[in-house]
Amino acid sequence: MRRLLNRIAAFFHKQPLDNDLSEEMSSHLAMATEENIQRGMSPSEARRQALIRFGGITQATQTHRETRGLPTLDILLQDLRYTFRTLRRDRGFTIVTVLILALGIGANIVVFSLINTMLLRPLPFNDPTRLVWIAPPTNTAGLSGATYSADAYDDLRSMNHSYTDVTGYFAFSAPNNTKLTGNGIPQPSTSIPVAGNFFHVLGVTPILGRDFIPQEAIKGAPPVALLSYPFWQRQYHADPDIVGKSVSMDNKPTTIVGVLPPTFDFGAIFTPGAKVDLFMPFSMDDIRNEGNTVTLIGRLKPGVTFQQATAEAVTLFPQFYWNKNQADSKGSYGPAQSIPMKEHVAGQLRRSLYVLWAAVGFILLIVCVNLSNLMLSRAIARGKEFALRIALGSGHGRLVRQLLTEASVLSIAGALLGLGIAFTVVEWLAHQGSVALPLLSSLRIDAASFGWTVLIAAIASLLFGLLPGLRIASGNLQESLKDSSQNSSDGRKHETLRTTLVISEVALACVLVVGAGLLLRSFLRVLDVDLGFQPAQASAVTLDVPDFTKPDKKYDDDAANAYFHRVVDEAAAVPGIQQAGITDNLPFASNRTWGSPGVKGVVYGGNGKRDPRPSTFVYIISPGYLGAMGMDLRGRDIAWSDDNRSALVMVLNQKAADFLFPHQDPVGRLLDFGGKKDIRIVGVVPDVHETDLEAGAGWQIYLSIAQQWGPDNPSVVVRSSLPAASFAPAALQKLREINPAQPRVDFLSIQSYVDHATSPRRFFALLVGIFAALGLLLASLGIYGVISYSVTRQTQEFGIRMALGASRENVQFGVLIKTLRLALIGVAVGTAASFAVARAISSLLFGTQPSDPATFAAMILLLTAVACIAGYLPARRASRINPVIALRNS
Amino acid sequence: MAPAKLDLLQGTLDLMVLQTLTTMGEMHGYGIARRIEQASGDEVLLNQGTIYAALVRLQQRGWISAGWGTSDNNRKAKFYAITARGRKQLAADTAYWERLSSVMGRVLAMREGGQ
Repeated sequence: MRRLLNRIAAFFHKQPLDNDLSEEMSSHLAMATEENIQRGMSPSEARRQALIRFGGITQATQTHRETRGLPTLDILLQDLRYTFRTLRRDRGFTIVTVLILALGIGANIVVFSLINTMLLRPLPFNDPTRLVWIAPPTNTAGLSGATYSADAYDDLRSMNHSYTDVTGYFAFSAPNNTKLTGNGIPQPSTSIPVAGNFFHVLGVTPILGRDFIPQEAIKGAPPVALLSYPFWQRQYHADPDIVGKSVSMDNKPTTIVGVLPPTFDFGAIFTPGAKVDLFMPFSMDDIRNEGNTVTLIGRLKPGVTFQQATAEAVTLFPQFYWNKNQADSKGSYGPAQSIPMKEHVAGQLRRSLYVLWAAVGFILLIVCVNLSNLMLSRAIARGKEFALRIALGSGHGRLVRQLLTEASVLSIAGALLGLGIAFTVVEWLAHQGSVALPLLSSLRIDAASFGWTVLIAAIASLLFGLLPGLRIASGNLQESLKDSSQNSSDGRKHETLRTTLVISEVALACVLVVGAGLLLRSFLRVLDVDLGFQPAQASAVTLDVPDFTKPDKKYDDDAANAYFHRVVDEAAAVPGIQQAGITDNLPFASNRTWGSPGVKGVVYGGNGKRDPRPSTFVYIISPGYLGAMGMDLRGRDIAWSDDNRSALVMVLNQKAADFLFPHQDPVGRLLDFGGKKDIRIVGVVPDVHETDLEAGAGWQIYLSIAQQWGPDNPSVVVRSSLPAASFAPAALQKLREINPAQPRVDFLSIQSYVDHATSPRRFFALLVGIFAALGLLLASLGIYGVISYSVTRQTQEFGIRMALGASRENVQFGVLIKTLRLALIGVAVGTAASFAVARAISSLLFGTQPSDPATFAAMILLLTAVACIAGYLPARRASRINPVIALRNS
Repeated sequence: MAPAKLDLLQGTLDLMVLQTLTTMGEMHGYGIARRIEQASGDEVLLNQGTIYAALVRLQQRGWISAGWGTSDNNRKAKFYAITARGRKQLAADTAYWERLSSVMGRVLAMREGGQ
């Protein structure tokens, strides 16, 4: 131990210790010489004898150093110094190598961080693996089909044997559904009503204050709220005394009981791409008659598996009531299943993420192949140097060690730069709030990603550093001394290896390009989908609705209708706005389904057969909405005269019309919608994609806002050929004039809702596209490197051929042909591999065949073109060779 | 022709240095080397330079101490002295060597026929 400390100390005090030693040795020699002179030798003979007896000053110094210091470290430092010197000399090589590595490693870290964040890292809950999401296995009824009624929730809680507890949240909260009032223009904020035990079941503890208590989740309890961490920071400037304060929300004094931890991001987990500010407890009694509104989340009892919980749910759920006031609503629910929370949140992304992972894996392979190539040509160029060093007594091990040091230095530099790139990209991605990917906001480079970096850097340095190094170091000494003379036929075996490397590189690039091409084409197909409305030029803003309850507790329908009518008229009158209308649900923003309408007198299903009608998406709209959305209407629009005094009307979508009235005109017909009165169809509109561009549309009906269907969270939709900025201030001003409680919210383009829905596909297509471009660039670098190198080696040969009469074109053509041959073999191999890979990702494609001929043709053309460009530069250089100079130089 | 000199066994040089310093007191490197050569009757093959590696090793282990001083003929030299720990080590090593050499002696003294 003491020795080790001394050795380390000695390692750092090399110079003074060496001086000490050399002084000691010179005095030793002086004394020895003196003694020899006394014995009668001549001074020069005396000194000679002294030196002989001493036995080599350099060796003595060296042993001394090795004994006192850390010889391994000394060699390492020596290698490092040498490496830095040679790398500085080969600046071009160093920069290209480090850059290539950095891109490869950076891409890998980014994707690993994504996978780590979305698939590997546990959710920010206590013991998250015991949490389950309880929902039907398949659902075509939008959010209403994935949620349950208060009665079903209560029954599940009391009847199950699988869960320590069950909780849920109210799933139909629109953005900006809560106003912070009492201070000028109301501030919009987004709140989620949650069951009282929500945070307890999830295992989330507030960092300030406390969780909700049971008395706060009963009907009529004074309102309380928990703040999300960012909202506390933003709205209350991280006020440490916020707990216990009363804040006016929707004109009701609300007590803030606590602040949630920063790790808990409700939006990132349950509603990707949305932010949530507040949580308020709700009582099941509040929503007893609102139908399916509650999501179900359970915490498994110890020892209960997901399969057991699902098995129980299969028998339990059909016993539940949709509403216990309606005895016939027992059995409204089919079997449900319990799936791990993590699976619910990120499960459907697994495939896409694996594809990304494979893509960056390919990139890393291409990078390694490229670097092997670079290192190999470098090693060949240095063959003479190595041979010389071996001849001078340097061991093979020492040479390999030197090469490995060099590769490691490059890898570390590449990894550091790559980490920097990855850090920037990850930071940027984490702030892409509009991308609807779960947990994206918690994306970061953590210890696991660091570990991953170190791992791939180590693998890379071994792969590309050691292999060429070994080839050279194990080579025949004489041969390499001979071989490195300029000879046109030399190094054939190196050439073969390099050619193989380049072919595999081109093949890998093919697979990447095809994958990216197919995903890109799918994305374009998705963008081409007929939405059923024209999102361009349409914008929407949340509309506040005043409380129209009269003193006698009855709702003043006339006042409400007058309010909506005035809002639409005044909005449409704002300069620049062509049309305006109100809806309670916007496509891609929110949705809800009700039971389906049917033709009076027709029995659907029955006789043991299932009712073939799907649940129906319901939109409660004002006149003008269909026009503002740019929907083609056959028949007439809802009118203001369709109010509480006139007959009920609806507009139906094409799909429902085709089913209910095959080959007939539905306009003017009556439908039974489960109520007392029938509803007359006044118009038919095209199918609208409710939530998903890639799924077919369901049944949709549009009801009049003036006929007491009770719109919640309505939005005003306007159509204008002008940008929102030009009409928004006037329109918002108008809305606030009509209703001073209209909060400070802005118009959002309808396109932004559509973009939000396509954002995951855009995200993945973009990333794979970038990786494919990177792969293509690297492959072209590889081709360029090999062809350029072979041109350099064949300078003499070209010189001779040109001296013998070959034309410039002949030489240039020869080089190009060689390049093309390489590229075409690679493309052939790559095309075959691409077919296999394309089939593997077919489930991620939309409207595109895995063997899409256009994509494959484009890939072949692209790669051939890139190969031609990469080969053209060296070919041109070959054709510019001056025979006289080439031959003189040899 | 004189018989070849003895190669030093691993570790024996350290022991010789410690013994020399115990009997002779403070000495410089050259003195130690000469002393070992003389004591061994010039039978040891000693490159005098190697003594310095041994000295630095012993010093790092804390068995000897070192300091600059002036030699008899007024020359600046580094003087080494054994420390208390060094004496303990020397005693242990000496006992070990004596046991080893007596065992070796007995083993090598065996005659054919196994007497």
